Amino acid sequence: MKTLFAKLRLYLPLIKGLQTGLLVATGLAGYMSARCPIFNLGTVAGLFVSLFLSISGSTILNMWYDRDIDAKMGRTKKRPLSSGAVSDGEVLRLGLTLSLLGVGLAVAMDALYGLIIFAGLFFDVVVYTIWLKRKTCWSIVWGGISGGMPILAGRVLGMGGFDWIGVILSLGILFWIPTHILTFSMKYYNDYKAAGVPTFPSTYGFGFTRAVIAISSVIAALAMGMAGWGIGMTVGYLRILIVLSAGLLTLAVATLLRPSEQVNFGLFKYASVYMLSSMVLIMV
Amino acid sequence: MKISILDRILLLVTGLLAVYQIAFVIDDFSTLPLITYTIAFGVLLVAGLLIIILGFEVLDSPLVVIVSTIIPLTLSLGLVWQHLASFRVLYLVFVIIGFLAIVITRSFPMSSKLPTIVLAFVHGVAGLTIFLLPIILSMQGQVNPLFSLVGIGGALIGVGGLLLSFLKVGKPILSRETILKVLPGLLLLMTLCFVIGFRYG
Repeated sequence: MKTLFAKLRLYLPLIKGLQTGLLVATGLAGYMSARCPIFNLGTVAGLFVSLFLSISGSTILNMWYDRDIDAKMGRTKKRPLSSGAVSDGEVLRLGLTLSLLGVGLAVAMDALYGLIIFAGLFFDVVVYTIWLKRKTCWSIVWGGISGGMPILAGRVLGMGGFDWIGVILSLGILFWIPTHILTFSMKYYNDYKAAGVPTFPSTYGFGFTRAVIAISSVIAALAMGMAGWGIGMTVGYLRILIVLSAGLLTLAVATLLRPSEQVNFGLFKYASVYMLSSMVLIMV
Repeated sequence: MKISILDRILLLVTGLLAVYQIAFVIDDFSTLPLITYTIAFGVLLVAGLLIIILGFEVLDSPLVVIVSTIIPLTLSLGLVWQHLASFRVLYLVFVIIGFLAIVITRSFPMSSKLPTIVLAFVHGVAGLTIFLLPIILSMQGQVNPLFSLVGIGGALIGVGGLLLSFLKVGKPILSRETILKVLPGLLLLMTLCFVIGFRYG
C-alpha cells in the first residue's frame, strides 16, 4: 500500500493537475452549455473520466517526449522524470495506458465525441510536441487547437453534433491559450532559450509578443461573449462575463503600454481565473 | 506586506458579493444606473482578484489612484440618476470633469498642491453623495430604511478610498501596514452593506 501511494505521489506531478483540471472544466462546460440544467449524471461522470484520462495521458506523453528539454530548464528539471525519480519506460507506459483508456471510453460513449478527443490528443502529442515544438514558435497554434478540443467535444456530446457555438467556444480557448502560454514564455525566457525551444519572445521579441497577447485576448473575450450570447446566458451573467473580459483586456493593454514582470505575471494568472470563471458562467 | 490566507478569503467573498450584485441585484434598474453600478462593482471584482493574485504590491501601481476614484464616482452617479432627477445632467458633468481632472493631474508631474486638492474634492463630493443621499432618503421615508446601508457602505468606501489615495500621493493618514491590514475587511463590509442596501432597500 505504501509503495502504491509513493508511486501515486510521483505520478501526480506528471499530469499537471491545474492545467488538466482547467481543460476538464472546459469540457464539462461545453457539455453543460448544451444540456443545462437537465443532464444525465452517468454521461457527465463518463465525460469527466474520459476527459481526465485522455488529457492526463497526453500530458504525460508530452512530458515523456520532452524529458531532455525539461532537464535543461530550471523550472522543470525537478520533475519526477527529469530528475530520474521515475523511469522513461514506466512513464511512457502510463501515458499510453491513460490515453487509450480515455479515448476508448470516449469512443464507447459516442463515436464523434471520441473522435474529437482523439484529435485533441493527436494534435497535442504528435503535431505540437513531437513535430513542431522544437522547430517553430507557431507550434502554439496547434497547442491551442488541441486545447480547444475538450470544450468542442463536450458541446458535441451534449448537442449530438457540431454547431456554431461549439466552434466559437473552441476558438475562445484557442485564442485564450496565447495569452496564457506567451506570458509564460516571457517569464521563463531564459529557460526556453537554454533548452533551445523557439518561442515568440525569442523569435520576434517582447514587443511583438505583447501585441499578439493583446490581440488574442481581444479575440478570446469576443468569442466567449458571442458564445455566451448564443448559449442564451442570462443578461446578468453576460454582464459578469463583460466585466471579467474588460479586466483581461485592461491587463493585456497594460502589458503593451506599461510592460513589467508584475503585469505580465498578473495577466498570466488572471487569464486562468478568467477562463475558469467563464466556464463556471457557461455551466450555471 | 505579504497577503495572508484570511485576506484572500475576505477578498474572494467580496468578489462573490460583487458578482451577485452585478448578476442579480441591479437587474431591474434603468440603463444608466445599470451601467454605472456594473462598472463600480466590476472594478471592485477585478481589483479584488488582482490583489488575490498579485498581493498588496499591486496597490503600488500609479493606476490605483484613478481606479479607486472610479468606484465612488460611478456609484454616486447611479444614486443621483435614480433619486435626484433634477441633478442628473449636472452630476454627470461633474463626474466626467472630475474623473478627467484626476487622470490629468495624475498623469503629468506637478509640483503644486493641485493634484491633492482635485483628488480630495472629487472624492469628497462623491463620498458625501453616497453617504448622505441614501440616509436622507431613508429618513424621509421615500425608500426602505435598509437602503441607508448604502450610505454606510458609502462612508466605508470613502474612508478606504481616501486612505489609499493619500497613501499613494505620499501623505498617508495611517501607516501602510495598518491600511493593508484593515483593507480586505473594509472592502467586504462595504460590499455587504451595498448588496443588502440595494437588495432590500
